[in-house]
Order: sequence, then C-alpha cells, then structure tokens
Amino acid sequence: MSLTSLSAVEQSRKLQAGEVSAVDLARAYLDRIDEHNPGVGAFLRYDAERALTAARHIDERRKAGEPLGPLAGVPVAVKDILAEQGERTTCASRMLEEFRAPYDSTVIARLKAADAVLLGRLNMDEFAMGGSTENSALGKTSNPWDLKCSPGGSSGGSAAAVAADFAPLTIGTDTGGSIRQPAAFCGITGMKPTYGRVSRFGLVAFASSLDQVGPMARSAEDLALLYGAIAGHDPQDSTSLNQPIGDLSTISQPLKGLRIGYAKEHFAAGLDGEVDEAVRTALKVYEALGATLVEVSLPHSKYAVATYYVIAPCEASSNLARYDGVHYGYRSDVAKITAELSAQRAALEEAGERRAAEDLDTPLVRMYRQSRSEAFGPEVKRRIMLGTYALSAGYYDAYYLKALKVRRLIRQDFDKVFEQVDVLAGPTTATPAFELGSLVDDPLAMYLVDLYTVSANLAGVPAMSLPCGFSKSGLPIGLQLQAKPLAEETLLRAAYMYQNETEWHLQRPAL
Amino acid sequence: MPDYTTIIGLEVHVQLATKSKLFCRCSTQFGAEPNTQTCPVCIGMPGSLPVMNREALNLALKTAVALNCTIPPMTKWDRKQYYYPDLPKGYQISQYDMPMSEHGFLEIADSKDRFETKQVRILRAHLEEDAGKSVHDEVAGRADSMIDLNRTGTPLLEIVSEPDMRSGLEARAYLDELKLLLTYIGVSDCNMQEGSLRVDANVNLHIAASDGKIATPIVEIKNMNSFRAVERAIDYEARRQYDVWQETGAKIGDVPKQTRGWDDNAGVTRGQRSKEESSDYRYFPDPDLVPVKFSEAEVQTARESLGELPAALRSRLQAEHALSVYDSEVLVNQGVDVVAYYLAAVEVAGDGKAVCNWVSQDVLRVLKESEANIADFGISAKSLGEFVGKLKAGDLPSARGREVFDVMLEEGIDVDQAMQKLGIEEIDESELVGICQSLLEKNPKIVEDVKGGKQQAVGALIGQAKKQNPNADPGRVRQICLDLIAQM
Ligand SMILES: [Zn+2]
Repeated sequence: MSLTSLSAVEQSRKLQAGEVSAVDLARAYLDRIDEHNPGVGAFLRYDAERALTAARHIDERRKAGEPLGPLAGVPVAVKDILAEQGERTTCASRMLEEFRAPYDSTVIARLKAADAVLLGRLNMDEFAMGGSTENSALGKTSNPWDLKCSPGGSSGGSAAAVAADFAPLTIGTDTGGSIRQPAAFCGITGMKPTYGRVSRFGLVAFASSLDQVGPMARSAEDLALLYGAIAGHDPQDSTSLNQPIGDLSTISQPLKGLRIGYAKEHFAAGLDGEVDEAVRTALKVYEALGATLVEVSLPHSKYAVATYYVIAPCEASSNLARYDGVHYGYRSDVAKITAELSAQRAALEEAGERRAAEDLDTPLVRMYRQSRSEAFGPEVKRRIMLGTYALSAGYYDAYYLKALKVRRLIRQDFDKVFEQVDVLAGPTTATPAFELGSLVDDPLAMYLVDLYTVSANLAGVPAMSLPCGFSKSGLPIGLQLQAKPLAEETLLRAAYMYQNETEWHLQRPAL
Repeated sequence: MPDYTTIIGLEVHVQLATKSKLFCRCSTQFGAEPNTQTCPVCIGMPGSLPVMNREALNLALKTAVALNCTIPPMTKWDRKQYYYPDLPKGYQISQYDMPMSEHGFLEIADSKDRFETKQVRILRAHLEEDAGKSVHDEVAGRADSMIDLNRTGTPLLEIVSEPDMRSGLEARAYLDELKLLLTYIGVSDCNMQEGSLRVDANVNLHIAASDGKIATPIVEIKNMNSFRAVERAIDYEARRQYDVWQETGAKIGDVPKQTRGWDDNAGVTRGQRSKEESSDYRYFPDPDLVPVKFSEAEVQTARESLGELPAALRSRLQAEHALSVYDSEVLVNQGVDVVAYYLAAVEVAGDGKAVCNWVSQDVLRVLKESEANIADFGISAKSLGEFVGKLKAGDLPSARGREVFDVMLEEGIDVDQAMQKLGIEEIDESELVGICQSLLEKNPKIVEDVKGGKQQAVGALIGQAKKQNPNADPGRVRQICLDLIAQM
C-alpha cells in the first residue's frame, strides 16, 4: 500500500512512531501531484522545495525530541483564498493574480503552528463564486472520477485534491455549499463548521455573514484531526465564537439513541433517482445502527436559494469594492486610458458635442471602471451587479431587507427541527457531478445546485457531506448531515458511525 | 431688518483622543511619515477584519451623555459605500439607522446679549472611521496623486445638530461651547489645524412671504478651517442665498442639495461639482462587526466620569465666588486648566472676585502676549493667591500691586521676595502721620483750599509723600491729611 492512500490519522501515527519521515510523505504526494495534476488541475501552484524544506525541519525537530503540533508532518493543501504571508493569494482572479499577502490568515497560522506541511494552493471559482470551479481565471479543474465532469465548486480544487490523493487534508471555504457540494461530487468528506467557529481573519471575503472555512478529507476521523487544528476563538475576528470546541477524541463513541431527521422538502421533485435511493439507503444504515428516524419539515427552505442570491451578492458587491485599481491588485494601463480619454474628448469637441465631452469619465473614474472590467470574470461581475442593484435606494427594502426577514424564518425552521432531532440528514446535491461546460451558459441552473446546502449558511448551523453511494455512471453521491450550532462533534460522530459501517469513503478513482 | 431667517444646522466631526484607531491597533499620532501608521486592517487588505476599539466607544459614550443624549441599549455598524482613492475598502464603517446616541442638546449663551440663551438640539452623535488623505502633486504640469493612509480608521464622532441656529454668531457660539465641553471631558483635543475637529454647515433661509414662509434650497458648506471662518461663511451664504432667491425664486425641492466650498481668502463660497452629489451610499449593516450593547451600568459610569461641565461650573462660580456672568464666562471659556488655576488661587486668597480680576486681566493678558498655556505660567496658583491675599489685607499697597506682580513673574519669586526686592515694607502709622504733618506745615495754601471745600487739593501732597517714603499708600496719605486739617 502506498503512503498516499493511508489516512491522515494513520500517517500521523506512523510519523510519530518514526516508521515514516515527513520528507518521505511529502515526496510521495509531490510525485503524485507532478504526475497527475496536469490532468486534474487541482493545484494552482505548489512548491516542492518549500514543502520538502518544511518537512525536513519537522523531521529534525522530531529527532531532537522537540514537542510538535497535532498535524506534525502531515501534508495539507489550501484553497487559494486564505492569506499567507509572502505568498500569492489569488482567489483564482486576474484581479489578485499578483497579490502577495503581507500577513498570515489565522487558519494558515494555526496550520503552521500545528506543524502541518503546506503543499500549495488549490483552484477554486473566482472569489469563491460558483458551483463548478469553471469560473477560475487561472486554470481548469476536473473531477478525478471522470475528467469530463466538474469537481463542483467553489472549493473544487480542494475536493479534487483529496479525491486524487494529492493531499490527505485540504482546506476549503463554504458560503452556500462550497465545501459540501464539491465533497459530494468528488466522493470525499467535508464540513462547514458553525458560523464563527473557524476564524475568517485572512479569508478573502465573498459574503462575510455566510463565509466559513472548513476541513476536507477522506473520512470523518481525518476531518476531526484537521478541524481540531483550525477551529477556536480568534480575537482578530469579531464574529468568532468564544466557545470551547468539544473533545474530538470521543467521535468514535456511538451516539446512543441518535434521532435523525429527514426533511420532506429534501426529497421533492428535482431530486435525481439514484441520489434519492442512495440517501434513503444511508438512512436505513442509521436505522440499523439504532437511530430513530423522524420526518421533519423546513417550510421556508424553498426560499433559501432566492434569499441566498440576494444576501450573498449584496455583501459581495461591498466586499469587492476594494478592488478598484488604486491600492493593490490589477490596474488597467493608465497611460492608455489617458490617451483614449483625450482622443474621445477631442473628437466630441470637434463634433460640437460639448455636453457629451463634459460627461466623459474623469481619468480616475475610467481607471476604476476599466480595471474592474478587465480583471473580474463574468460571474463576479454578475453578482456585483445584482448586489449593487439590491442595495440601491428604492430596492433595499424590497430585496435586502426582505431577504434578511426570510433568513430569520429559515433559522427558526432549523431551531424547531433541532428540538426534535440531533441530526438532519438528506442529499447534499440533487444530482451527481455534471459535465464541465454543461451549465456555463445557464447561471440560474447553476445557482440551483446550492438548493440543499445554502440553508445551513443562512442559518449558521454546521453541516457536512460524506459519500453514500455511486451513480451507475460511477460518480459519487453525497449525504448531507446538519446539526444545531456548535454541535460539530455530533456531526463528526454521526459521520464516523456511518463510515464505520460503510466503505463508500474508501473508494478511489482510477487516475 | 432683513425679511428672512437664516436656518443653520452643523455637522461636527471630532477625532476622539484614543491612542489607536477605531478598528485596529495602529497609532493615531499626528504628523508621522505617510503610510507608516497602517496595517492590513486599516488599509483594507483582502481578508483583513475590523475589531472594535473599546476605548473609542467609551469616549463616544462619555461625549453623548455630556450632550444630554439618549443612549439606546443597542447600536450597530453600517457600511457607507462610495468610491474614492483615499477610501481603501470602498466603504467607510459608520453608523446609519441605529446611532450610538441621539436626541440631546447643548445650551448656548452670549455674555454680550447679542442673542438669547437657547438650547441647540443634537439630532445624533455617531461613531465612524476616517478616510485617508489624497495629496495632489501638480507641480510643473504633473498630475500625480499620492495617498497617505495614516488617518484611515481614526475614530471620529460625528455630532449632528438640529437646524436650530439662526446666525453665524450663534453657530460660532455653539462651536465654542462644544469645543469647550469636549476638552473639559477630555475626549478630544479639538485641534482644527490637525484635523481633530471639522465642521460642515447646512444653511438655508426662511423668507417671509404673504402666504407664509418660503424655504430656499439647502446648501452644505465645507472646507472651513476655523470657527471664525464658519461664522463668516454662514453670513456670506445667507446673503448669497437671498440674492439668488430674488433672482431666480428657487425654493427647496426645486434643486438638489448643493455643496459649496468656503474660500477664506476671497471670503466667498463656491459651488462644487454637482455630478458627485446624487450619492446613493447603499448603506447596509457591516457583517464583519457584531452589534454593540450598552448596559445601564456602563452609561451610568460614563455619566459619573464627566466631572463638572462648563455650564455647571459657570453657575457655581457665580454662586460661590460672587462672579458676574461675564467673569464666570471669561474664566470657564479659557478651559479647565485656567479654572483649576483660579480655584487653587482662591483657596489661598479667600477672595474669588479679586483673584478673578487678576486672572482675567493680567494673567490672561500675559498668556496671550506670550502665546503660552497656563501650565507654563511663571506665577503658581498658590503664589498668586498669597499675592492677592496680601493686597486684600492691606499688607501690600494696591498702588504697587502691578509692580510686584511683574517682578514675581519676571524673577519667578513669591510675593514676599518680590516685596523685599522692591523695598516694600509696611509703613508705620506714626511715621506716615509725621510725614503728612510736615507736608501740611510746608503747604499752608493747600490747607486753606481744603478748608474752603476743595478736598481734591490734597492730591498734590500724595506725590510728595511718596517721594519721602515710596511705601506710602496714597489712600491713607489722603485720609490722614484730611483728618489732620479737620483738627486744625
Ligand atoms: Zn491599522
């Protein structure tokens, strides 16, 4: 058995026992990345020298008997949206293609403090906007199970990297399902923790009230290892929760009398038959394990996608205003702009169109306009336009404020459900992975891939996706578990129980 | 009498005296090299997040209670969105529909009775972060713009008044009183040159008409860099609006609110580009910051921390030290340090009115001439108190008071040393009687004149008595001479 097919927990045990060195482990992954990343495209960048140097350093410290962090020597790869000092943080956008952060995000700092070996930076949809990773301006990512298919998004690179055994653990971010949907498409396990559980400091913001960083791995056990390293209070993030995380060593203990809810709204029209069947079979596994199944209702879930596509673009339009060509990031060619403007002015004046000449942009306004126009991709522009519109005078009440009200109702739905059950189970996505390019021209259809996942972000509850079957065409199917706020341990235990009984999470794509 | 009323509301931005910025730990020190007081948070780096500075909130709370404002139990942060090169995030964090305080008032009065004492209502006071500064280099045909982000994120309290002022004079009185209050409670140094205090004025006119009143369009005046400039700008603007109204008849609502800049040298307001005015700031709650809750105890603590406010202090000086309204105003308006000096001197001298005369005339004159602060004044409060005490007791002839004061100041010595230096001693009564007696003997004409009813004739002897002994008190010389003549 090769090193890269071991779980992160096993790798950590072997590293601690001295059976494997961090350098050997990193080299095994780097070789695999060298060989297969050109086909999969999960990594935007990786730096073998840097990773090996870090691994060597950890091996030396281990040899010297120094205390090491919980991820000592275990390779981790990170979505290219978390600031890392001195490294590029591109968000897969032309806008930030050359941006090097002058500081570490809290999650990166915690990974470093945990002595993880950082392999490189993973592809994503531009600024995390999208459900297919096709919106990346810097590269294409394929689903390792079928290279014609999308890995999902926006954390498509993070999911594909785990599925392809490029890293045992990766970091993704989830604003409306961006960890869970690609986890489902790629047949891995991924969790969006409770909002505020993991610091957003250094996470390039898409929609601040929805964004959450989370771990991606093969199994619940590996996920818990990574989650434990990155979660916890951070005074640099006002929205960070000051609540201790539970004892993750207990996740292997079976939950006695687990109450599992399934929402009738999750099994309605539009759900693919194979997904429906796989999820119902998973529920039966739980039942066989002694869980009680309870049918529940999320009456406002039908408004979730609409609500999400008001709130997220509103926040995005504001968060992305800073990319204006002035302070950092992409700037259009100012000399060219100035020349164009004076030519336009001269032409208009010659034609006697004095009024039109006066209405021309100032060079500054033209620079904003041009820089943003050239450096943002179509999906980002679409959302900025939506958000700007929804927040503008006269529309605020009708859209943004209304969306906030519905968001409250969606939260109340969850509160009620979690009075009745410990875990809510259902499909992560309505279908298995779709083919690359198939939804590119249909943004509304693309938005509907978030149907089952966005509610968790609107409500701030923890949620995860784990593999629960395959379609006839050999694509993975995801089971979504959700729990009440701060109940990550319940989720991890529920997932662990399931994975103890099943082998879906052990399947590997043939690359 | 013009047939219009000027309606004035002021927006005052005050920089709070915190060591660090509103949402990060960067220094707010004035005058540092450009862009040296910045960090990822205040320059809006991707991924950075704001964390509220509690101290700024405490100072804002203190100000709000001093302005008699209502403090709601909860307040939140909003983003005010617009593009500007010195606004690095593309939005300013401010407070929109739930400010941290509202509905207060500030009382203004004029000791010269040019307007009636009134309460100017405060609409709201809210916290916000400052933007940076654009520096335009247009030397020799260049058009470079540079940006200094040192100011970015500096905590500002925006105090918005209701349109309750009616003249430039009232506006200035409001600003003077506000500045005094803010410096008394120590929340800001209010230095206009360093941008710690900035004023925008909203001005329009209510013109009497046969069918009620007509309101002219509101104009916001910016770029005023002194209180004097505010007063002048408002008075200018009122006349200008009246002229415009006579010419065009434009009423409020006919044209959008206009922004005009004040040119202090030319003494005129000038229109600014109207294109940038129809702003839609797209305010919405900042999702990076949690709402702030005030407990009743925190508000109470803020209230108790205020100390004695200027208005109360004036009343106390009038009641306890028998000062006139004018005197109490002169002292209190000099600031908390001068009042402390005054009170310490009174403690020693035991005469509030006499100390007030010396402080408000001589001490303040010297300070003004030397452009110094009371902290650097050469006579300590205790020393001044002893000096006034001696004058009051008659131990120091009042005629020589000024001389002694000057020596104390120049030499940095106390009253006893100064008197010694000047050879001022108490003159023995019998000696003085002796001097007067011999003078009367030598001047029978004067004795005759006085007997004839011309008492003022004694005046001629005072100078001669002083020649014989410089400590001779003129009043006593006069009295002794009159007494002696009466006995003749
Ligand atoms: Zn800063």
